[in-house]
Amino acid sequence: MQIRAVDIAKTFAGASRAALNGVSLTVGSGELVALLGPSGGGKTTLLRIIAGLDIPTSGKVFFGDEDASQKTVQERRVGFVFQSYALFKHLTVEENVAFGLDVRDRALRPPKEEIRRRALELLDLVQLSGLAGRRPGQLSGGQRQRVALARALAVEPRVLLLDEPFGALDAKVRRELRSWLRELHAQTGHTTIFVTHDQDEALELADRVAVLNGGRIEQIGTPDEIYDHPATAFVNSFIGEAGALQAHLRNGQVYVGAHPVTLPAASKQTSGAAGEGRLFVRPQDIVIGEAGPDSLRAEIISVRRSGPTRRAEISIDAQTANVEVDTPSSVVYRPGEQVPVRILRGAFFLNGEGI
Amino acid sequence: MSDAAAGLTTPIEEPWLATKAANVRRARSPVTGEGPILAGVLIGVTILFLALFLILPLAVVFYEAFRNGASAYWAALTEPDARAAIGLTLLVAAIAVPANIVFGLAAAWAIAKFRFPGKSFLITLIDLPFSVSPVVAGLMYVLLFGAQGMFGPWLKAHHFSIIFATPGIVLATIFVTFPFVARELIALMEDQGTTDEEVALSLGAGGITTFLRVTLPNIKWALLYGVLLCNARAMGEFGAVSVVSGHIRGLTNTMPLQVEILYNEYNISAAFAVASLLALLALVTLVVKSVLESRFNDALPGKARGH
Repeated sequence: MQIRAVDIAKTFAGASRAALNGVSLTVGSGELVALLGPSGGGKTTLLRIIAGLDIPTSGKVFFGDEDASQKTVQERRVGFVFQSYALFKHLTVEENVAFGLDVRDRALRPPKEEIRRRALELLDLVQLSGLAGRRPGQLSGGQRQRVALARALAVEPRVLLLDEPFGALDAKVRRELRSWLRELHAQTGHTTIFVTHDQDEALELADRVAVLNGGRIEQIGTPDEIYDHPATAFVNSFIGEAGALQAHLRNGQVYVGAHPVTLPAASKQTSGAAGEGRLFVRPQDIVIGEAGPDSLRAEIISVRRSGPTRRAEISIDAQTANVEVDTPSSVVYRPGEQVPVRILRGAFFLNGEGI
Repeated sequence: MSDAAAGLTTPIEEPWLATKAANVRRARSPVTGEGPILAGVLIGVTILFLALFLILPLAVVFYEAFRNGASAYWAALTEPDARAAIGLTLLVAAIAVPANIVFGLAAAWAIAKFRFPGKSFLITLIDLPFSVSPVVAGLMYVLLFGAQGMFGPWLKAHHFSIIFATPGIVLATIFVTFPFVARELIALMEDQGTTDEEVALSLGAGGITTFLRVTLPNIKWALLYGVLLCNARAMGEFGAVSVVSGHIRGLTNTMPLQVEILYNEYNISAAFAVASLLALLALVTLVVKSVLESRFNDALPGKARGH
C-alpha cells in the first residue's frame, strides 16, 4: 500500500510556530522508511497525521489512490505502535494481541477460536510463544515492545507506523530488536514508517530516510545518499560527524583561507559562483602528515583514544573552530605539534543555505 | 558512630556504662537524628488527639446507645419515624450516588481527555460544593424552588414540590457530594493521559467500546474510592438537607435530622441509637477505604505511576 502525504501543514492551537510546514512524502508499497530528526522537528506529528490521530491544518494523506484525509483512524486501518507501548494492563498478553479483533463488529468478527489462533500465531511470529497468559507488568521492556507490535499486526493493517519503537530500551536490546525488525519486515512486507532520533538506527534499518528539522523535510534519500551526499548543512552536521571550516568560494574553487582545496567534483555543492560559507569535513576524510601542494597547516590541540583508533582535535589554518580527525593508533601526535593536513572530501555550503 | 562518643570518657572499670551509652546512641534514628524521647512525645500527642476527638466520641455513641439495653436499642431503631428516616437516607443515597457517578465520569472524561474553552472554569465549578457552606447550598435551593423562589409559582401550578419534600433533599445531597467522584477521577485520568484510548481507536474500537473496555478498567479502583466517599457524605449530610427538608417527621427526615430531633426532645438514648448507625457507617467506610488503599495502592489517584 503506497502512502502519500501531500503538503501537510500543522500548527497546534496556541503554538507560536508551525509543527509542520508544507511537508510532502511518498512511501512506496512495502518500503521501510525512517523519519529522522532532532526532538521537536515534527516527525511524530507527521506520523500521527498519517495515522489519523491528529488532523492537519492543511494538506492531504493518500492511502493508495484513496484520499484518506477525511477518514477516521479506525477507517484507515493502520497499525500504530506507541513509544510507551501502552499495553492494556488489565488484559493478558494474548488478550492484548487479540484486542483489535475482539472489538470488531459482530459481522466482521472472526469466531473466538479463530481469534485465539491468530493471536498465538502472532506471538510465535514475534518470538513470544509461551507468554500468552502473562500480564504486561511481568514482561521486560523488549518483550512489551514485541507484544505491542504483535497487537498492531493482528488487525492486518495497511501500513505499520512506529513511534520511536526502541526509544525506551537499553542499547543492547535496541540493537537486537533492530535486526529483528528488519527480518520481520522482510518476512511480512508491510509498508512501514518509523520515527527515530537515532541516526544509526535509521541508517541501518531504513530503505529510505527522511530528515526532518523545524517542521520541514531537509532531505529524503537512501542511507548512502544521506550520508555521502547531504543536501543541506543541517543534514551534514546531523548525520555522522562533521567539523565545519570557514571557507569561501571564488570562481568555482573552494578556498580555506588562502589555500585552494581540491574537492572531488561530486562533493562540491554550490548554487552560486562565489561567497562565504562553510566546508564540512568528516573525521575520516582528513589525512595528517602528507605535505604537498594541497596541504594546509594545522596545529594539534588534543588527542584521545576512540575505540580502536585515536582522535585528534586540530585547528586548521589557525581557525577558531576545531575539527576532529581519525588517526591510526600507531602514530601518536602531541598537542602543539604543527602538522600538514590534506582534505580528501568535504561538502561546501554557502552561508544562508541549509540551516 | 563510636567517634561521636569523643566527649564521653568511660572508665574501663565500668564497662556496663559504656554499653548503655552505646545502646542509647544506637537507638537514635540514623538519618533524622531525633532521639527516642522526642519520637515518643510526638506519637503520644497524636494518640491523645485521636483518642480525645475521634475514639472517645465514637465509644460514647455506642455506650449511650446501649445504655438502656439491647431491646431499647432495637425499639428505638424500629420506631416508625426512625424507620422512615433510615429509609429516606437510603433512598437519597441510592439516587445521589449513581447520579454523581454519571456526572463525575462525564466531567472527568471531558476534562482529562479533551481541550475546550471554559475548561478551567468547569474545574473551578466542580470544586464549588467544597468551598460553599452546606447551609448556603440548601438556601440556594430554597431560593430557587421554594414557595417564594424563582420557580416557586410554576412548581405550585404543576402541583410539584421540591422544597420540604424528597426531591429537594435529593438535589441538595447531589450538590454537596458531587465533587467526590469527579475529583478522584480527574486526577487519575489526567495522569493516565489519552494514549491507551488512542491505541484502542487505532485498533478499530469505537468510542463507547473504548470507554467500556479501556477507560473504565483503568479507573475502577479510583471510581470505587470516590463512590465510597460520596456515599458516606450522602448519608451523613446535615446542613444542606436541614435547610431544604422542613423536618416533617416520618416524611422528610433523614437519619442525621432524626438524630437532632430525638436529641432536642431529650430522648437521648434513642438519638444515640440512630447515631450509632451513622457511626457504624463511618467505621465500615474507613475499613473498606483502608482495604482498597492497601491492596490497590498503585491504581489510586495521587499514587498512580504512569507506564
